[in-house]
Amino acid sequence: MAESAEVSRRDFVTVVVGAVGAVIGLCVGIPAVAYLVSPALKVQKGEDWVSCGPLENYPIGVPTLFTFTRTQVNGWERTTISYGVYILRGEGEQILALNNMCTHLSCRVSWKEDAQDYVCPCHDGHFSIDGKVVSGPPPRPLDPYQTKVENGELFIFLQEG
Amino acid sequence: MTSKFVTWLDERLGLQGIYDTVFDRKVPKVNWWFTLGSASLFLFVMQVVTGIFLSVYYVPSPDHAYDSIQYIMNGVTFGWLIRGIHHWGATLMVIFVFIHMLRTFYYAAYKFPRELTWVTGVVLLLATLGMGFTGYLLPWNQKAYWATTVGTEIPGTIPVIGPFITSILRGGSELSAVTLARFYSVHIWFLPLVILLVIGIHMYLIIRLGISNIPGKDD
Repeated sequence: MAESAEVSRRDFVTVVVGAVGAVIGLCVGIPAVAYLVSPALKVQKGEDWVSCGPLENYPIGVPTLFTFTRTQVNGWERTTISYGVYILRGEGEQILALNNMCTHLSCRVSWKEDAQDYVCPCHDGHFSIDGKVVSGPPPRPLDPYQTKVENGELFIFLQEG
Repeated sequence: MTSKFVTWLDERLGLQGIYDTVFDRKVPKVNWWFTLGSASLFLFVMQVVTGIFLSVYYVPSPDHAYDSIQYIMNGVTFGWLIRGIHHWGATLMVIFVFIHMLRTFYYAAYKFPRELTWVTGVVLLLATLGMGFTGYLLPWNQKAYWATTVGTEIPGTIPVIGPFITSILRGGSELSAVTLARFYSVHIWFLPLVILLVIGIHMYLIIRLGISNIPGKDD
């Protein structure tokens, strides 16, 4: 066949097949990649103000335990996580909310009235009433929560994940 | 540059020879009914690819099977598309394989020297139906559960050994977690490997023997 300036049938078919193939490739490829990476793009961190009930429920000067649960959904699985917070009310609006999870290996500490400190049952870690380490293996003080009081109701700020 | 590289590869791999044998082989003048084999093969590849993608999120356990599919449908981007293709591809594949068999039968293409192509084709048809049967249980919803209860009950009517076959299929006397796990295993390993192997033999025979002509009035 003689060379001509016009596009040959063979070149035309090659270009069209290539273009259609590329479009189909994108139509298949984009959903495939999106399908695989989508769980990674979901924001799983939850932040929330959690109500701890009326402030007057908490006696002044005595750490009082408040417990609640939060449910986390990961794909097809639901995990319920329990939280424990020791709330210590001082004079006026002064409030200290401490996570009852030991900073050593995450056992739950409890307030001992007679010893006047928090004791961890696992490795005998002791914390003072304001959460500082007194003795034992814990590497840092008990973790405090941010608090606020609205209309006499106490809230703590919970960060999940 | 490109052609030089292709030539270099071809000298070592003989790709041109494979291409000529597989794609440039001589075929008689045939009609659209002769595309159903290729269509079935294409659908099989689609089912393999979408099936592999589904296995990323699906969990074959009574606790999570249903929820993991809900997650695929509502939680995963384009999950509905992947599952939709797998779902409808399965139905289409059964239809295509079956019509492919009818065409072979009505055009008498199973006769000498193509008997083995027919026999391997029967194996492929049965394996395809097996894929449909085992895949049907995996969503673990009411329809899946009762369809499999009935389906595994059927071989139970065989005299003497029937009940034993039913309990082999179920992995016990009742439909349970064991049933789900073994159906899953058969669905993603046993049957696909059988199909892959037999497709290989089927295709080898087609390429070796060529496809048959449409029979004329004198045949």
